[in-house]
Amino acid sequence: MSVLDVRRLRVFYGTPGRPVRAVDDVSLQIGEGEVLGLVGESGSGKSTLGRGILGLLPEGARADGEVLYGGRNLVGLSQKELRRLRGPDLGLVFQEPMTRLNPLLRISDHFRETLKQHEPRLSDDERRRRSLETLGRMGIPPTRFRQYPHEFSGGMRQRIMIALALVLRPKLLVADEPTTSLDVIVEGQILALLADLKRNFDTALLLITHNLGIVAEACDRMAVMYAGKIVEEGPVRDVFADAAHPYTRELLRSTISLETTELHSIPGAPPDLIDPPPGCRFHPRCPHAMRVCAERLPEEQRLEGGRRVQCWLHGPARGIPAGGELPLQRQTIGVADEA
Amino acid sequence: MRPEAIVDPPEPAAAPLVSIRDLQTHYSIRGNFAERLVGREAGVVHAVDGVTLDIRRGEVLGLVGESGSGKTTLGRTLLGLVPATGGSVRFDGQEIAGLPERRMRELRRQIQVVFQDPHASLNPAMTIGQAVGHPLQIHGIERNRARLRLRVAEVLERVGLAPAEQYLDKYPTDLSGGQKQRAVIARALILDPVLLVADEPVSMLDMSVRAKILELMLALKRDFDLTYLYITHDLATARFFCDRIAIMYLGRIVEIGPAPAIYADPKHPYTRALLRAIPEPDPERAVPRDLPRGEVPDAAQPPLGCHFHPRCPLAFEPCGWESRDLRELLEAHWARLAGEPDVEEEQALFGDLAPLGRPSTEVRLAAPRGRSAEEMLALLERIRREASDEPFWRGVRRLEAVDGHLELDFHEPQSPQLAASGGVAVECHLYGMSTASVAQPNRDSPTGEPSSGS
Repeated sequence: MSVLDVRRLRVFYGTPGRPVRAVDDVSLQIGEGEVLGLVGESGSGKSTLGRGILGLLPEGARADGEVLYGGRNLVGLSQKELRRLRGPDLGLVFQEPMTRLNPLLRISDHFRETLKQHEPRLSDDERRRRSLETLGRMGIPPTRFRQYPHEFSGGMRQRIMIALALVLRPKLLVADEPTTSLDVIVEGQILALLADLKRNFDTALLLITHNLGIVAEACDRMAVMYAGKIVEEGPVRDVFADAAHPYTRELLRSTISLETTELHSIPGAPPDLIDPPPGCRFHPRCPHAMRVCAERLPEEQRLEGGRRVQCWLHGPARGIPAGGELPLQRQTIGVADEA
Repeated sequence: MRPEAIVDPPEPAAAPLVSIRDLQTHYSIRGNFAERLVGREAGVVHAVDGVTLDIRRGEVLGLVGESGSGKTTLGRTLLGLVPATGGSVRFDGQEIAGLPERRMRELRRQIQVVFQDPHASLNPAMTIGQAVGHPLQIHGIERNRARLRLRVAEVLERVGLAPAEQYLDKYPTDLSGGQKQRAVIARALILDPVLLVADEPVSMLDMSVRAKILELMLALKRDFDLTYLYITHDLATARFFCDRIAIMYLGRIVEIGPAPAIYADPKHPYTRALLRAIPEPDPERAVPRDLPRGEVPDAAQPPLGCHFHPRCPLAFEPCGWESRDLRELLEAHWARLAGEPDVEEEQALFGDLAPLGRPSTEVRLAAPRGRSAEEMLALLERIRREASDEPFWRGVRRLEAVDGHLELDFHEPQSPQLAASGGVAVECHLYGMSTASVAQPNRDSPTGEPSSGS
């Protein structure tokens, strides 16, 4: 059973000239209690996808396609209807916790407001008990319930934000780089909390991150995003063991970790999303690019073990014209073009 | 409190480029508006609190720590951007702590800096050519515009922004993050510096770009005979980049040594935790569950004894246990039980915990009206039984109910000192406690490190 079913979602940002195709024909499913890692570099469209799912797109953005939740398509719902769903059904955790907490309100007030809005029938006592319990599970003691946001450290504020989302028992939590502004030990603490959501709260998690280490340790499945498209998706173990898309492989090789023995970087730079390259978006940087890759958009191919990939190396053969599998001739990339 | 451990060593054959001795950089903080009005200080932040280390010529020294460790302040003190409040910083034999700005400016030609955020480091109204050439103008080195442009082009090509004509007249917004950081590096290089302070130079860049910038910096170091102070929170990139690593925590160097030794056999519990916390791209590894609790505490009121003791899984008697640790113990207990009915009654038993916020090794709490000190004692004993391996209890010397008061004494705190241990120097009671109650740094080496003998 999937909690959320995204089908052929597109998100465009209007610019004076042509639109930016931030999310370009993306399909994605998240199962109940599953932790799905959405990974990509800056500008890949991963944050826009997260916001698109929650209907939190900025002015001037347009979405089409389907975001199915509980049988309803969220694309096209009014802001009022979306607000009713956000919170009790779809929770959200951002990168910068301080900007999301009202500095003038006590932590207790944040919880009271949230619960009053979405579960007005709860008694005062019940509200308080639920708030304290959820905060406690996030490691925030009841003695600090009546303090203000500025009295907490960065890691504690992020714990409070997560508790504030979880107190409504959402079916899905979208966390956009929730640990990026935190130190590495605190990041580890928060990731441990998020990885245990299923056990403790029965909540599915869409974890948006640029850090493949986080995906490896905390996620069940992963989707790799490049230039607005999901180029590969599958169980974390399988993708790490044998990445199907050349971009995934390059990304894995360029990740610097304690186990890294040699430095590697991907030549070239991510494309302009106003005027992306024709064919496969990655072909100008791809070490295996074929002639077809510069001409035709790869079709999505299903692989064994519930995996899928968009890359001509995996076919289908019928889509490749005669001579299309020959190596692509191209110009060399300048030293700093990658940067 | 800390014994003066630094003796003037005989100058070795190659004197270090930078010698930092017992450096202190403290900031005054002022409290509320009324206090600010009358100029009263609310406290002092000990951002750098007695740091001794050398930067050797031609090496890359990694200064690694979390936010709040003081690593950036140490770098800024070295650059003369914040004044040292104590100790000494010698650059090439010359004392720079307390140097007037005019003299410091001359030195800054030799000490250049690359900051974390390339977007904020470049003036959006200046072209790349203007920005990179600016230091030559400020220092009055090159006034001829044609020659200046030629020199700028040369440096741009050296950092990979080639052909330079493509970049000279562009504005920062036209460049990607990595290209901007290359321009920032070019601007630092154009003055022919001796020392480059690089404060998180790659942490805002995408993974696919980091390796390129690190490789560029290593090539530049080789070609221009540079010395680097690499300030970072990231032990993974530091492993590639650094010859030696210094781990910093709340203003102190807690471990320092050759990079291979630090990674192969980390000694300080904090170093071990930092290494364990790095997310590894290995799906067979789960998120580590045994990380130190809490966060880096406030440097205005650091924990007694070893600053790391409240988070340390191995802390024992002398590490500095105190009243605030009792508060943490109670709060963690109540967080675990949050939402259960007993908690509020337990909280009422201990009442306001604010008095425990004043650091003390002797705690005396009166039982609230209608309750007894024996009940308070019983609750603590129950917490102890639930987790008897909690390091806190090793620090407790006496715990009893006396005359309606709960009394609790901790062992006397001792501040650890940096001392040699197996090829590195470490500031931790787990090492070197056997020889003396307080370990003295190795007298042969001012940094506490065993001399390499080379």
